[in-house]
Amino acid sequence: MAERTVGGKTTGAATERKSVYRYGYRHSPDQDAGAPVRRPVVVVGAGPVGLAAAIDLGRRGIPVVLIDDADRIGEGSRGICWAKRTLEIFDRLGVGEKLVAQGVTWKLGKLYHGDELVFSFDLQPEAGHKMPAFINLQQFYVEAALVERAEEIEAVEIRWKNRLTGIEQHNDHVRLTIDTPDGPYVLDADWLIAADGARSTARDLLGLSFSGVTFEDKFLIADIRMAADFPTERRFWFDPSFHAGQSALMHRQPDNIWRIDLQLGPDADVAEEQKPERVTARLKRMLGDRPFELEWVSIYRFNCRRLDRFVHGRVLFVGDAAHQVSPFGARGANSGIQDAENLAWKLAAVIKGEAGAALIATYETERIQAADENIAHSTRSTDFIAPHSEAERDLRDAVLALAGQAEFARRMINSGRLSVATVYDSSLVVPDEDAFAGPARLGAPLPDAPVRRRDGRDGFLLETLGDGFTLLAMDGEAPVAPPAGIALAAIGDEVRDVAGVVAARLDATPGAVYLLRPDQHLCGRWRQFDAGKVAAARDRVLAAGAGLS
Amino acid sequence: MAKLVSQSRFADPDAAFLALVEARRGLSREQAAALDTRLVLILANHIGDLDVLGEAIALAKASGPAPAL
Ligand SMILES: Cc1cc2nc3c(=O)[nH]c(=O)nc-3n(C[C@H](O)[C@H](O)[C@H](O)COP(=O)(O)OP(=O)(O)OC[C@H]3O[C@@H](n4cnc5c(N)ncnc54)[C@H](O)[C@@H]3O)c2cc1C
Repeated sequence: MAERTVGGKTTGAATERKSVYRYGYRHSPDQDAGAPVRRPVVVVGAGPVGLAAAIDLGRRGIPVVLIDDADRIGEGSRGICWAKRTLEIFDRLGVGEKLVAQGVTWKLGKLYHGDELVFSFDLQPEAGHKMPAFINLQQFYVEAALVERAEEIEAVEIRWKNRLTGIEQHNDHVRLTIDTPDGPYVLDADWLIAADGARSTARDLLGLSFSGVTFEDKFLIADIRMAADFPTERRFWFDPSFHAGQSALMHRQPDNIWRIDLQLGPDADVAEEQKPERVTARLKRMLGDRPFELEWVSIYRFNCRRLDRFVHGRVLFVGDAAHQVSPFGARGANSGIQDAENLAWKLAAVIKGEAGAALIATYETERIQAADENIAHSTRSTDFIAPHSEAERDLRDAVLALAGQAEFARRMINSGRLSVATVYDSSLVVPDEDAFAGPARLGAPLPDAPVRRRDGRDGFLLETLGDGFTLLAMDGEAPVAPPAGIALAAIGDEVRDVAGVVAARLDATPGAVYLLRPDQHLCGRWRQFDAGKVAAARDRVLAAGAGLS
Repeated sequence: MAKLVSQSRFADPDAAFLALVEARRGLSREQAAALDTRLVLILANHIGDLDVLGEAIALAKASGPAPAL
């Protein structure tokens, strides 16, 4: 059970975090066992990514021990923007609706140059998706909801105040040393999921290098409490008069909390800039005489880097432990959750003996593709926001100067290209033999669409998909009976495409079938059902595209 | 793949040069540089071809003095 404290204290340098959920350490019988107990999966790190991985595996019936060195969440304010694809994953895990209700939904971004609005962009121009383009919600609320969900799942056991201190690699397992308030113990695991964040102990213990770029510019990130009726939009300024020569970002969060990022340049003095009077003065220039309180202040320099490999024998890296990006574009936690989702079903299939270990290697290829995409996008954004030299800044400023009059220049402005799901260019898809148009793409998550049940209830396409492989079938002449182990989601009588949106988004004709992986990514589609082809496509995935099918 | 055209394309090259000269007449070097930067962006977009742009950048780099290190 969590105990929540609200109201933090102000220290000399900055305000400390103000919301904490605290959980209890419990002694586990594993700590007293004569010989190390063996577990199928240990996850290290109860951040959003480790929690999502544990929940997903637990729902698939895989017993998971999740360890975390802390016994609380809410250390500092971090992620706030949760993207549509992440929300869809949260929905499958059982917390999506709750988080959307708790968060603030937004889809409009506004860009200013100086004090002039240069343009606005709508991140969700089309209706008919269950999940919004984005919600803003403090990361600790997301973590708390995930902990609550994990606690409901029998197969998941969370051990707070359990700190990983040693890893010994063996052929078919790892031996872990874990420190607790009662002293250390040893635990064996068939698989270790390393979700222990940017300063990953697992990474250090394996001696892995974590290479990439660190950006010179420093950024002041503040969460303030303020009753204000600013619109629920992402507002980004280049060179505003209240913060000349630099950029600023403002975002609404629940509870009258606002996130403000102020670029400080490379030479800012970190200790000086964190002083409350200094921060307050900067914010007053931005906000005028509106009263506000500082909730939390920190200064960051951002990194873009990743591990060369995410799979190291029986140790599987996910989230910030595997890769780190600058926050422009909200790609950190969002991509980590997508790592967790990509890994969970694959690992479950391998543990259950449904797939060979080669499937794990596809976690690495698919998610390295995603990490590289995320790193490229957030590097470009950071370079646009903080050009490397005067010469580069001149070009950036020319883009901004043209933006008022030329559409092409508006499209070049990059204040963060917000996170979208990766289209896996993967051996796990069967290339189309029939032509398909429309927004659905092989290797991408299925686009959502509104549907209506026979009894009149409205719902969404993604809700009709199960946790395993699903064959989505459009009503046609021939009956569709998917091969064993593949669920059927039929669009026709029980679940109806009343608005025609399913057909439009999938370019569906009567009788067309679509094979979805357990993570809802499309891996094959045909104009007519053929049981042999569907089974072969599923087998191809489980055999990791190794041509075994 | 489109190629950069470096043969003359203006019927009256002198007039084209004059248009560019007149655009910067009376400007300081700094103002002219800023104008040129905007022009580069406008013209690059008009060309709208990354390969041609790459060739143009290469030609411009190759024909200027090497940067002092
Ligand atoms: C200012 C800022 C703004 C951001 N905004 C966004 C945003 O809007 N959207 C977004 O998607 N992302 C954002 N991010 C990034 C996001 O916060 C991270 O990507 C995310 O927290 C990564 O999650 P994780 O679970 O991989 O790691 P973490 O959240 O770091 O969790 C790691 C966990 O492992 C535990 N741990 C560490 N070592 C050990 C050990 N030896 N033994 C046991 N446990 C251990 C830690 O206690 C921690 O609980 C932002 C980050 C910052 C700094």
